[in-house]
Amino acid sequence: MGIMFYLIAVITLAGALAAMTLKHLVHAALAVTVAFGGLALFFLNLDAQFAGFAQILVYIGAVAILVVFAILLTRGSELPKDGVFSRTWFVGLPIAAGIFAVLGWALIASSKALPSEMATPAVTVHDIGVALVGRYVLPLEIVALLLTAATIGAVIVALHEKARAR
Amino acid sequence: MVEKADQVFVLLQHWLISFLPVLLQPAAAVLLGVIAIVCVFPGLFALTTIFERKGLGRIQNRIGPNRVGPLGLFQPVADGIKSLTKEDIIPLSADGVLHFLAPVILVVAVFMGFAVLPMGRNMVLVDMDAGLIFFFAMSASTELSVFMAGWSSRNKYSLLGAMRAIAQMISYEIILLLSSVAVVMTAGSLSLVKIVDAQNHSTGVLPNWYIFTPWGLAAFVMYAIAATAETNRSPFDLPEGESELVAGYHTEYSGFKFALFFLGEYLAMFSISGLGTTLFLGGWSAPFSFLTWIPSWIWFFGKVMISIFVFIWMRGTLPRLRQDQLMNFAWKFALPFTLLDLLVTALWRFMGEGWLRWVVSTVILAGAYVLMGRVGMYRGHFAPRKYRYAE
Repeated sequence: MGIMFYLIAVITLAGALAAMTLKHLVHAALAVTVAFGGLALFFLNLDAQFAGFAQILVYIGAVAILVVFAILLTRGSELPKDGVFSRTWFVGLPIAAGIFAVLGWALIASSKALPSEMATPAVTVHDIGVALVGRYVLPLEIVALLLTAATIGAVIVALHEKARAR
Repeated sequence: MVEKADQVFVLLQHWLISFLPVLLQPAAAVLLGVIAIVCVFPGLFALTTIFERKGLGRIQNRIGPNRVGPLGLFQPVADGIKSLTKEDIIPLSADGVLHFLAPVILVVAVFMGFAVLPMGRNMVLVDMDAGLIFFFAMSASTELSVFMAGWSSRNKYSLLGAMRAIAQMISYEIILLLSSVAVVMTAGSLSLVKIVDAQNHSTGVLPNWYIFTPWGLAAFVMYAIAATAETNRSPFDLPEGESELVAGYHTEYSGFKFALFFLGEYLAMFSISGLGTTLFLGGWSAPFSFLTWIPSWIWFFGKVMISIFVFIWMRGTLPRLRQDQLMNFAWKFALPFTLLDLLVTALWRFMGEGWLRWVVSTVILAGAYVLMGRVGMYRGHFAPRKYRYAE
């Protein structure tokens, strides 16, 4: 863990904090994009090129745009009159703490289960490709089926609205 | 001598960094490469603007710029000075920070794409294992800057223009990616250096470029169409549409920020032509085996400049599409055809050598092309264009 780790951590956390606290929804969406970029940098810092670039391609290129479109199309782009904090924010506190605890526990347990002196595996994109269509072909196909179903569903929803409008 | 001419820039780099202590050399090598990219491509941009204005002028039976310097060659200098000295206007209600960041992010993201392009033998800044994904990741980040520009201007024309541009860029990006996947399937690598190497051998005197295969030609045509749409060039230049629509996401930009958008558009054109050259036209390899004595970088830049010329030629000769035609074309024709091309590529890969695979792939692709047109005509999805004037 060098100085790079802390630099990227600061960027990512700042993006996430800004996403929570900024008043304007569009600003919050752009701030969360910074956090996405920070995560991609983490992957790159760990020498996981494929995961890092896929993170940029999917999250900054597609998810951020999707979020922004959703905000603009649903009138969320107007400034809220009474701050961004809900009056029942304290309910979220135990939930967030619980999730953090579970994730932390899983991480610590996994580092115990694996020998710590294991060398960093040199995984090339080629290896990932072979694994995806070899060992993990069933999950891949299931995900593909799910995404196809989602696409068809989206088209059907869009078709329905068009017919009603006429 | 031939070897020296081919490697002249690499040797120059080695010679320059040899003056530095060993510890600094790797960093200096990267820095030199970055400086070269940041200098060469804006220089080409200046050259291209004069080339484009002259060329468009000729196509439209005009002379084009001819006042600044001999034959108007210093026009880009005058343009640059003009945009630098113009007042930089930020609308009163605009979101100042985002308004400033948008053109900067655009230009930075576009510049990043050049890092993985092999511009000659041993002339690549970073040979990444996932070079192609890096390129597309960077070009996907430009969409967000388009949105930032449109939204932060607080102008409904800007916002509508940004939405229009993003919808177009997302639709055509899918086609761009899928047509490149065909090449990746055949070359078996995402590294652009390896993709060039896979094409850099010849049978007899003829090259083994991917464009000279049925699936490669189909993928190249789709790639070229998608690249034109992705860089907002005519006939897909609805995001700008200077003669019919308000300019779009950069309506509220003036002075040098507007020039940055302009620079970003042209740099995107260079990088996407460079990628097309790398994927389909053999990158820096020579077209015939007896021409390999010409330096590899001349071939790369020559191919890119020819692509740029085709862009300009199309801009001068084709009318602009309407927004719905643009979307229909992407989703109803180009996307299914690209998907079919992927299947044909897989067939090509597994049918082995021989003439049979040429016949089968050609028949499938040509048949699908004709059939889609006929069925569409028959169902009335598209018909000869009807013009209505002031009904």
